[in-house]
Parts: sequence; C-alpha cells; structure tokens
Amino acid sequence: MFWIILIMLCGLGSGYALRRIRLVFVSRLIMILICALLFLLGFEVGGSPRIVAGLHMLGSEACLLSMAGVTGSIMLSWLFWLWSTKRKQKE
Amino acid sequence: MKSSLIIVAFFVLGTLTGLSNFLPSFLIVNNINLYVLYGLMFFVGVSLGNDVGFLKRFKQIRPRYLLLPLFTIVGTLGGCAAASLLLIKVSLLDSMAIGSGMGYYSLSSIFIGEYRGAELGTLALLTNIFREIIALLFAPLLVKYFGKLAPISVAGATSMDTTLPVISRVVEPQYAIVSVYHGFVTDFSVPFLVTFFCMI
Repeated sequence: MFWIILIMLCGLGSGYALRRIRLVFVSRLIMILICALLFLLGFEVGGSPRIVAGLHMLGSEACLLSMAGVTGSIMLSWLFWLWSTKRKQKE
Repeated sequence: MKSSLIIVAFFVLGTLTGLSNFLPSFLIVNNINLYVLYGLMFFVGVSLGNDVGFLKRFKQIRPRYLLLPLFTIVGTLGGCAAASLLLIKVSLLDSMAIGSGMGYYSLSSIFIGEYRGAELGTLALLTNIFREIIALLFAPLLVKYFGKLAPISVAGATSMDTTLPVISRVVEPQYAIVSVYHGFVTDFSVPFLVTFFCMI
C-alpha cells in the first residue's frame, strides 16, 4: 500500500512539475496499461477452472453489490440535496 | 463508452486466452502485473498533477457541494457493508473494498485482483461495470426522484469522464462542474480506499 501511494504521489509531483507541457500521450499510455492489466486479470480467471465454473454466481453477487452501493449513495445524496435546497430557500 | 467496451474486450480476450492455455502461465507467476500496476499508478498521478486548469475551475462550486464526494463514499460503503450480510462468500471488508471501486472498474478490479485474488477481482470488475451502466441508464430518473446530486453520486468516480455527457444533459451547467469535481475527488480516493480495505 505504501509503495502504491508513494508512486502515485511521485507521479502527481512530476505531472505538476511539467504542468507547462501538455502531456497528451499520458492518457493513451494509461489506457494501454489498463488494457494490459485487465488482459492479465482475465488470463488468470480463464486459467482457473474454479472461477470459470462460478462466473454466474459472481454475476448475481455483483448485481447485489452494485445495487447496494448505488442505493446507499442515492440515499445520502438525496438527504444532502434536501438539506442544501432547504437551506437555500431560507437564505 | 467506446473505451469502456475496449477495456471489457481485453478482459474477455484474456479470459479466452487463459481458457485455451495458449500462453504460458509465467505471465502471472512472475508478478508482471504488479510492476505494470506500479507504472499505471505513476501515470495516473502524472495525469492528475498535469491538469492544473482543471483545479482552477473548481473555485466556481458552491462550498457546500464540495462535501458531495464524502456522502457518495459513505453511502456506497454503507450499502456494500449491508449487502455483505446477504453474501455468504464475500466478507464485510471485501465487499467494502469492492464498493470502494466507485464505478472505476478498471483500477479497482486490478487492485483487488492483485491483493485478494482473481475471483474477487472479477467480482469487483462486474460490480463496478454494473454501477456505471446504472448511472448511464438511470440518470434522468434519478434527477426526477432524488434531486440533481443523485446521478452524480451514483456515477461515482466516472462522473468526470464516461458518465459526464449523460449527467450534463440532465442537470444545469453549474452541477456539471460539481460532477467533474466529484469525479476527480472520488477517483483519487479509489486506490487509497481499495488498498485500505484489502490490507486491514
């Protein structure tokens, strides 16, 4: 965890130091690295018969988790919205 | 949308390659993905640090809306913690780690795959893809019933890029800036929160 954060902060510093130059290639490079890593993740999944056999189960668990996360964020952002619009009316 | 499809296509291609035993397994044994992940995090940092103009635009946001990412994060983690009670195989911390992906499926699935194994990595990928799809499809309904912040909050980390076009169609321009800010902060929180929940 420490390394990941340190590396990201190094990147942040370098990006800021080079802020006068538009680093257009970076977003393309990020996309390539993401694709490579997801290929490797898929490769690991495909190579494991246990995960492949349970893919349908993972699908339903993913449905439940995404719905739960979405519901939680809707509830809090709704409360925040009601609170902020009420305050606006008072002002 | 196009880039999302490309990313998913690479995952599927990887799975098919793994199934066919076409490539040797030294790709995984030698921890290549960990070093690629380090490279990725460096360049994610560079891209965030390089975009200074971006930060200046945030001054136009009403101060209270600066808190929105916090509500999104707490709401998502709370929802995922509740869902873990219904899931037998996924522990509380694992489901919170998956929720911490905030719709940023590429990065979160890579992290979770690295720390907690490919099975949970795949679960993180699917969960966060579903979240982005929900955000894209239901933005108009969310505005109607839950206010203008709801589609932004549901979009999570994607509210500054992939779901921004849909969000800016359903809310006024001042909320579109909130959406970009919200995506920026939530996006930044993903690597920290995901590794935090994977490590404790």
